[in-house]
Amino acid sequence: MNTTHTLWLILIMALVTAAIRFLPFLVFRNAEKTPKALEYLGSVLPGAVMGLLVVYCFKSTTVLHWPFALPELIATAAVVGSYLWKRNTLLSIGLGTVLYMVLVQVAFA
Amino acid sequence: MKKETKKQSAFRAAFPKTLPIMAGYVVLGFGFGLLLQSKGYHFLWAVLMSLTVYGGSLQFVAVDLISAGAGLLHTALMSLIIQARHLLYGISMLKHYRKVGRKKPYLIFALTDETYSLVCSGEVPNGVEKGAYYLWISLLNQCYWIIGSALGGLFGQFVHINTTGVEFSMTALFVVVLTDNLLKKESRLPTLIGLGVAFVCLLVFGAGNFLIPSMIGITLLLLILRPCLEKRGCAE
Repeated sequence: MNTTHTLWLILIMALVTAAIRFLPFLVFRNAEKTPKALEYLGSVLPGAVMGLLVVYCFKSTTVLHWPFALPELIATAAVVGSYLWKRNTLLSIGLGTVLYMVLVQVAFA
Repeated sequence: MKKETKKQSAFRAAFPKTLPIMAGYVVLGFGFGLLLQSKGYHFLWAVLMSLTVYGGSLQFVAVDLISAGAGLLHTALMSLIIQARHLLYGISMLKHYRKVGRKKPYLIFALTDETYSLVCSGEVPNGVEKGAYYLWISLLNQCYWIIGSALGGLFGQFVHINTTGVEFSMTALFVVVLTDNLLKKESRLPTLIGLGVAFVCLLVFGAGNFLIPSMIGITLLLLILRPCLEKRGCAE
């Protein structure tokens, strides 16, 4: 672990996040004058970015040889299934994570 | 004296509203703290990030970034991509956060998804000072997040369990949000566009290089499909 580099990364994340949060208040004094294209992107990007983030999570998954992404597939199915059933975010995250840990530590170890 | 009572009533009005967020933030924060600790980081690193970055999705991805020693530009880009939606929150918050005085910078800094949903949804109760009410909501929520992160990190430090696979908590979080997006008619198409473009870019450019092309591709495709998406009610 490189402490200086880690601090730099945290600083960058903090600054970018703050800049994005402050920008609208600095640039747009009233809500009526915001560019329509920006408003449009603001409403559709969050959904699209979530699609990107899910792909990001699976980017290093082993698909072509054993265990053929089976732990990921099973745990993801459990997350989706339990969410469709109970609509409880924390329950699905907890269940999926514990199941995945059991799968990689025991079943597919 | 009168000011003091006002402050108390703002706290009393705000605290019950934050209870549902408390549960979510403490548990998710715990997951984040534990995940960061599992990569060998002292729990204070989690606290530092929850204090300064304060953004759930980004902090989960950050565990990946800092443990891999990612580049500065890569990190900036990732932050930009994940946090871009806050532009929209800011725009719709312009009115709410008018005339709140010196509290304003903190209110803007602490505007997370959950705080946004609370500030947006409820009217400020009668007789309660607007700025103080918003401040308590924002401050309490961040406290829950910090406490959760600290507890997760401490748990990892003192309770020795095999944490292999705990990184799936990030995947599970995003998969839940994705599922929820797909269930809602207005966010279904944008979400599928994000999934599709990112998947194609992953196959073409590989795991190390697909983020930038994905982001460009997604933005372009969303702009090209704007008339179609707006007609289908995806941009409300």
